[in-house]
Amino acid sequence: MLQTIFSADFFAAILRATTPILFATLAAAVAAKCGIINMALEGMMLFSALFGVIFSSMTQSWLAGLLITMVLGGLIGLILAFFVLNLKTDEILAAIAINLVATGGTVLLMLAYSGDRGTSTSIQSVPAPALHIPFLQDIPVLGDLLSGHNLLVYLALIAVVVIHLFLYKTPLGLRIRAVGETKNAAESVGISSRRVQYIALTISGVLVSMGGFFMSGGYMSMFTKDMAAGRGYIALAASSMGGNTPIGGFLVSVLFGIAQAVANVMQLTTIPTEMIQMLPYLTTLVGLGIYSYSRMKKRQRLAGK
Amino acid sequence: MSSTRKFEVLRTVVAILIALLISFGVIFLVSDDPLNAISWLLTGPLKSQRNFFNVVESMIPLIFTGTGVCIMFSANQINLASEGAFHIGGLVSAVVALKLALPAGISPVVAILLSACAGALFTAIPAILKIKTSADELVSSLMINYLALYFSTFIMKYFLQDPAVGSASYPIPEASTLPTLIARTRVHPGIFVALAVAVLGYVFLYKTKIGYQLRLTGENQQFAEYSGISIVKVILISQLLGGFIAGMGGGIELLSPIYDRFSWTSLLGYGWDAIIICTLAKKNPLYTPLSAFFLAYLRTGASIMARYSDVSLEIVQIIQGVVILFIVAQQFLSRYKHKMIAREAKAALKEEEEEVG
Repeated sequence: MLQTIFSADFFAAILRATTPILFATLAAAVAAKCGIINMALEGMMLFSALFGVIFSSMTQSWLAGLLITMVLGGLIGLILAFFVLNLKTDEILAAIAINLVATGGTVLLMLAYSGDRGTSTSIQSVPAPALHIPFLQDIPVLGDLLSGHNLLVYLALIAVVVIHLFLYKTPLGLRIRAVGETKNAAESVGISSRRVQYIALTISGVLVSMGGFFMSGGYMSMFTKDMAAGRGYIALAASSMGGNTPIGGFLVSVLFGIAQAVANVMQLTTIPTEMIQMLPYLTTLVGLGIYSYSRMKKRQRLAGK
Repeated sequence: MSSTRKFEVLRTVVAILIALLISFGVIFLVSDDPLNAISWLLTGPLKSQRNFFNVVESMIPLIFTGTGVCIMFSANQINLASEGAFHIGGLVSAVVALKLALPAGISPVVAILLSACAGALFTAIPAILKIKTSADELVSSLMINYLALYFSTFIMKYFLQDPAVGSASYPIPEASTLPTLIARTRVHPGIFVALAVAVLGYVFLYKTKIGYQLRLTGENQQFAEYSGISIVKVILISQLLGGFIAGMGGGIELLSPIYDRFSWTSLLGYGWDAIIICTLAKKNPLYTPLSAFFLAYLRTGASIMARYSDVSLEIVQIIQGVVILFIVAQQFLSRYKHKMIAREAKAALKEEEEEVG
């Protein structure tokens, strides 16, 4: 088993398991930074996974499929924003509603589009290609480790840096954080909190849609019913555990990816499958507890002084 | 009826109508014979006695988890672990029924009580995490639901599994099962327990001191704290009680004539349904049977429709989603609400003037 763990394949498995969670975690972080818990990530990811399959098959191009999916992901973000910000819907209940519509809607849409039930077997989708980096792929060990992954794996890693720079180095990022921290103070200096939150939720939708696209066009090469399988919720936990920062969220996502990859390897052993399947969720739960505890202690210490 | 109350009823009705209209639109898009499908959806449950009692039997778990969630959400604890509590409740009652082999009459009572206690312990985990580490109960409850699922499957596979059928337990012995009330249906005495739980839940929340403290904490935690209410106590009691009811629902459901073995290898979704019920009932347990009836009717109608037409069952989830969106959208129809309040105020003013004059 140790031999399996220290191999390039295992490293690739970690990246594969990390990528969808990472996109969703970044999406959760951007929404959380502007003060909104985006629990609709689950449904958004599910919708995007189906959109990816449908539109890449329609256009016979993964790029067009990805772009359309991202636009539609942003649109769902806008719909969520409209309900939460304009119609003053409770964000958790609005998210539950979107997730419900996604669970049923994806099945119906797939049925209407291709007649497939449960799995998109008859849709000829085009998954995103693997990226072979010139020169790097020729270096012995490093080439195996770093080159040849799915394009979206690299995009996810780049997105961490981009979102970090966006949140901490741009005026709009500053506004998003200001609105999330103290809405009234931000309003008092002339920031339209509603506009900022609209933008943040749209970005959140676009980010998670890339994760959804990867689920059906990278992680797997088809759409199956309920394929998000709680990743949107895990992302919420990962983001919160990472202090709602892109870098923190990235580290936790990798931790989750490792737990998932280890779980996959351990299925070859005699340990009961169910115990192994619990591993990623248990990791997240324990991590969340430890993180929240240390933050609480820190707050108490600061308040005491 | 006050104008706000009247408005809430009106808005619920309009939300349901909009949701139905949207779903009719979807049916027209996907179906070759939409009118046939719609007619089965709306009137299917009334077409035979058996169909109607299908509605009644599927109300039972919804009332349980719905009431549990009403209590948890009234304290403003967004704990979604009732899903897992229901699952664990089912597991515990299966274990008791299969392993303890108690005499008939006693066995179901013990099984249901123990499953309720297991449910209470389960929903207490996010609550305790919140109290001890301030971890968000929403996030932690989402995670432990998966733990409940895999743990139950593990116990079933290694301790209860019937090798003859694969992924299900041995059949529940007759001494532990709940009888059917009406011949050729699956309606069981659980319906009475469910209704009693809904009423007791209402009494607890609206007629007792601790219920008042709980709702006050839910409305405004800081105010409650300043008025001397122990928040920790309120959080714990509300979560324990909510889980107790959800776990009891799971235990009863498993022993009911609907299941003959423990075969739950995926989460059943009653915890999520409970949030719909709680939203429709405006967090008042007294209205959960009515909301459960609505949801159960819709589901039964949809499954009949799926059988007799080309529209699949999943349409229900779209209807549910849209209903929630519009019911909780505070600004939806708010202009009408303002008008209604203004009209009432004017009428009251006029009356007063007339009295003076």
